[in-house]
Amino acid sequence: MNLSPAMIVFLAVIGLFGIGLYCLLITRNLIRVVIALQIMVKGAMLALIFTGQLNSQPSLGQSMALTVIVADTILAVIGLALAVQVKRHVGSLDLKDLSSLKR
Amino acid sequence: MGYVIVLIGILFCAFMAVREKRLIASAIWLAGTSAFVAIMMYLLGAYQIAVIELSVGAGLVTVLFVFAINIAGDEPIPNLSFIPKQLAIFFVLLALLIIGWQVIPLLNIPIQFHQDIGFQQMVWGNRKVDLYLQIAMIFTGVVSMLRLLTDEYQTRISQKEIHE
Repeated sequence: MNLSPAMIVFLAVIGLFGIGLYCLLITRNLIRVVIALQIMVKGAMLALIFTGQLNSQPSLGQSMALTVIVADTILAVIGLALAVQVKRHVGSLDLKDLSSLKR
Repeated sequence: MGYVIVLIGILFCAFMAVREKRLIASAIWLAGTSAFVAIMMYLLGAYQIAVIELSVGAGLVTVLFVFAINIAGDEPIPNLSFIPKQLAIFFVLLALLIIGWQVIPLLNIPIQFHQDIGFQQMVWGNRKVDLYLQIAMIFTGVVSMLRLLTDEYQTRISQKEIHE
């Protein structure tokens, strides 16, 4: 089976997106939620660069990927800081323990 | 051949990051995923973005993860999800099917390395609003993190003052 480079990049994009989405749906650990989002965003960055190449506008795709990298890093920073605060105040990283209004 | 090796590396590292029980090991596998994604970006001709992804994604974010995991601790959480795993797999497959349905017709176009106005001109000239947005995001992130991490310290100081 001979895969073209475009197909390989596409497989990487949907693989990253699928693995990240699955982890996001099944996990209950706050830090693991941030890891899942990071994996999904890496797929999105690859997709932006890939579509830039396909549409003959590589610089546009790359500049958007740069913005996504910054947003992704800020997401990780705020998400992890929130996780640390949740651990301090609630005593657990389990998402189930956060839903105190249910009890 | 290079593309296939990088693809296998990306998917293996991402899978291990999700599957690994210990959070520290997950963070290390995530760094590996970032490194392989950076190599694929390099193969696609996005050299500047590959360097930024390698330094920020594999470097800075990993340090942040290790820092946060050391503070918060690596507690075992029961392997019970909010929704059944079969339903999660169904949603993932549905999402991938919709993406594939939209994207697969485009894949016959060969990847070509075009020369357009250039990355530098695009970032600093045509997309200046993006730069302002990035500066705002960095500022927001730093302020939020400082506020979140100093919250406990401020509470302790105010409690100490009340006792005195």
